[in-house]
Amino acid sequence: MSPPDTLLRTTPLNAVHRKLGAKMVDFGGWDMPVQYSSVIEEHHAVRQRVGVFDVSHMGEIEVRGPEALKLVDYIATNAASKLKIGQAHYSGLLYEHGGFVDDILVHKVADDHFFLCVNASNQDKDYEHIAAHNRFACSVENAGARYAQIAVQGPRALETLQKLTKVALAPIKYYWFTDGEVGGTAARIARTGYTGEDGFEIYVAPSQAPRIWNAILAAGEEFGIKPAGLGARNTLRLEAKMALYGHEIDATITPWEADLAWIVKLDKGDFLGRDALVKQKEHGITRRLIGFEMRGRGIGRDGYEVHIDGAPAGWVTSGGPAPTLNKNIGLCYLPVNQSEPGRVIHVMVRNQPVEAVTVPTPFYKRAK
Amino acid sequence: MYPENFRYTKEHEWVNVEGATGTVGITDHAQKELGDIVYVDLPKVGAVIEKGKTLGSVESVKAVSDVYSPVSGEVVAVNELLTSSPEKLNEDPHGAAWLVKIKLSSPQEAADLMSAADYQKYAGEESSA
Repeated sequence: MSPPDTLLRTTPLNAVHRKLGAKMVDFGGWDMPVQYSSVIEEHHAVRQRVGVFDVSHMGEIEVRGPEALKLVDYIATNAASKLKIGQAHYSGLLYEHGGFVDDILVHKVADDHFFLCVNASNQDKDYEHIAAHNRFACSVENAGARYAQIAVQGPRALETLQKLTKVALAPIKYYWFTDGEVGGTAARIARTGYTGEDGFEIYVAPSQAPRIWNAILAAGEEFGIKPAGLGARNTLRLEAKMALYGHEIDATITPWEADLAWIVKLDKGDFLGRDALVKQKEHGITRRLIGFEMRGRGIGRDGYEVHIDGAPAGWVTSGGPAPTLNKNIGLCYLPVNQSEPGRVIHVMVRNQPVEAVTVPTPFYKRAK
Repeated sequence: MYPENFRYTKEHEWVNVEGATGTVGITDHAQKELGDIVYVDLPKVGAVIEKGKTLGSVESVKAVSDVYSPVSGEVVAVNELLTSSPEKLNEDPHGAAWLVKIKLSSPQEAADLMSAADYQKYAGEESSA
């Protein structure tokens, strides 16, 4: 077994993944497990039972001080002032022109302390962006190296994790979190995830991560737990229509276009990107993110061109097989006046048009 | 693991020459590297194929891989099993999940390809695990 490429960054669980026989890939500069056994089996384990993911590559940024709220409300699109202590929400970091720097989770730890979870390959860029706009009485810390993050996802996630903590997990509501312990070590336990299932994301000290990972696998054994890699993480999030930076969103895409108007609170006061968003709302958007299902034989994949009536009309942002639905699905940008569900489109698969139809999203929603 | 009577390419295809016909597939190493195979695209019967040129493609959940023909000739049979059950390629890549049969135009071509022992060495330690 070859050691990780020294140019790649590694998580505290790197050796654990290699011991489990994971297939490792370069994911945005990180040496990460793409699969352990089979992407499809790992996907089903999360939908039907429970899976555990190493997401320690994700970044964490801490904002502390009397004006922490003011900074967070200025740099992010959602209304952080609406968060209660112990609550989290999804939000956008935008440039002044309205395009995405990143998509993030904002956790309110205290009135003067916000904890942001950001994308792995964006963390340094995000930190610099936020620090550059910090004209408030608060500090910004690029804290990724202080946290390992493990996601336990699936219908049996609660039972699995409950075996390892005295914190009562059932009362933690979706998108709330609590600071407690897991396996005897301090942990931030958030009922969040990127799979469309119930579950938790826990933040622990890097030195504790291998022990906690193994404890989770042992606790979930009776439920049929599987370690799950980035391959399954991607098929799961796509079925749930959760955006992936660099695919559905990037510096050229605004929240209106990405179907993420719900994370923009124009009435909260000034924030980065607000003027551009107001202007775009007045003029109207020209393209919009929409889901599709393949009808013909073939798989529409990331970057493939989409044609309408024989002419180029847009592109696939993410596409592939949906193991839960047993269909080939995807998301694409189309001209807004041609983006209604039920429209026949053609995805260019190796220069051949393959028929698909636009559909409402999410593709998959779990029964509550 | 790798049948002695097959010949192998550096791009991880195999060919089994019997008389004037070569049966073509991808190797066990290739299917392992790809992971769960969900789609196989093959030429039609009658297509004329050149050695080293694209024969079709195999798609896993994550990626698309071209398959290059190890030999030249005319496609005389296509494995229909793979249309309905592409996952067979993960289960039996050297047997039931062959891709195409080719009527060889230059039967001597296969001699240039690797033997089972050479391919096994080439594919690396993980393929023998």
